[in-house]
Amino acid sequence: MDLQLLAAALAIGLGALGPGIGIGIIGGKAMEAIGRNPDAENQIRTNMFIGIAFAEAVAIYALVVALIIKFV
Amino acid sequence: MTISLAAEEVLHLGGFPVTNTLLTGFLVSAFLVIFSFLVIRRISLVPTGFQNIVELLIESFLDLVEKVSGSQKRRFFPFVATFFFFILFSNWTELLPGVGSLGFWREGQGEKVFIPFLRAATADLNTTLALALVSVAAVHILGFRELGVGKYLSKYFKNPLKEPMNAFVGLLELISEFAKIISFSFRLFGNIFAGEVLLIVVAFLAPLIAPLPFLGLEIFVGFIQALVFSLLTLVFLTMAVEEAH
Repeated sequence: MDLQLLAAALAIGLGALGPGIGIGIIGGKAMEAIGRNPDAENQIRTNMFIGIAFAEAVAIYALVVALIIKFV
Repeated sequence: MTISLAAEEVLHLGGFPVTNTLLTGFLVSAFLVIFSFLVIRRISLVPTGFQNIVELLIESFLDLVEKVSGSQKRRFFPFVATFFFFILFSNWTELLPGVGSLGFWREGQGEKVFIPFLRAATADLNTTLALALVSVAAVHILGFRELGVGKYLSKYFKNPLKEPMNAFVGLLELISEFAKIISFSFRLFGNIFAGEVLLIVVAFLAPLIAPLPFLGLEIFVGFIQALVFSLLTLVFLTMAVEEAH
């Protein structure tokens, strides 16, 4: 049982849970907002992408830790 | 298939190790400078042809800057736009054919390691850390210049006897300034490095049609990360010059 491989897999596996849910929530709220106010679609979409980039950044931190565990 | 977290050194300039990311960073900077020079050379008040496209890009970014910072747009625009365009083109370098694939073999620890000549500049933690440090330092220096040393420091250090809650918040904000540096650098580094690894792995597994959607994803991610970095810098700059409420 290679602990290093297990650690890398767990790091990214568990680390992607939170951001996955977060991005889903952001996307859902953006859909709701567009449904309520279709004229503001462009604004909402732009801000949604910015929100998604932040949520994704946390997943990227987890990925970097996994890569460090595996390759360093 | 070698994946190396740290940038690999390709030349030695009199004792100074030049890495492949440094080389690419220089190439991107040279490209931006030469490109701007070529556009400026035959500039006219009524734009024609190519100048139209460049003005479109610059003006749309200026509109975005205006939405965030309002009246201070002219002041922050050159700084933030430089971050945006440098990071954007550095990120997109990883998509060019030849970057990451053309290189040489080097003997290291008993086995041959592949060293590419070029690698995206922002796929190196050094570059992104430098960009993050410049960004955060600029925000604080601007805050000091605008509000004066005492007033700016009073945003973070409040008297714990008079307002204990705010003093604690001020301390947290101070710590979060350091967290910003880590967050900026790792967000950009992680996205671009993971993108490079993704492209290498997909090209290794299924070289023919499969890489296409991933290349598309990387174009998108490169753009979004450049945008996020510049917008965040802009937001912090705007917040640094406003009075504490």
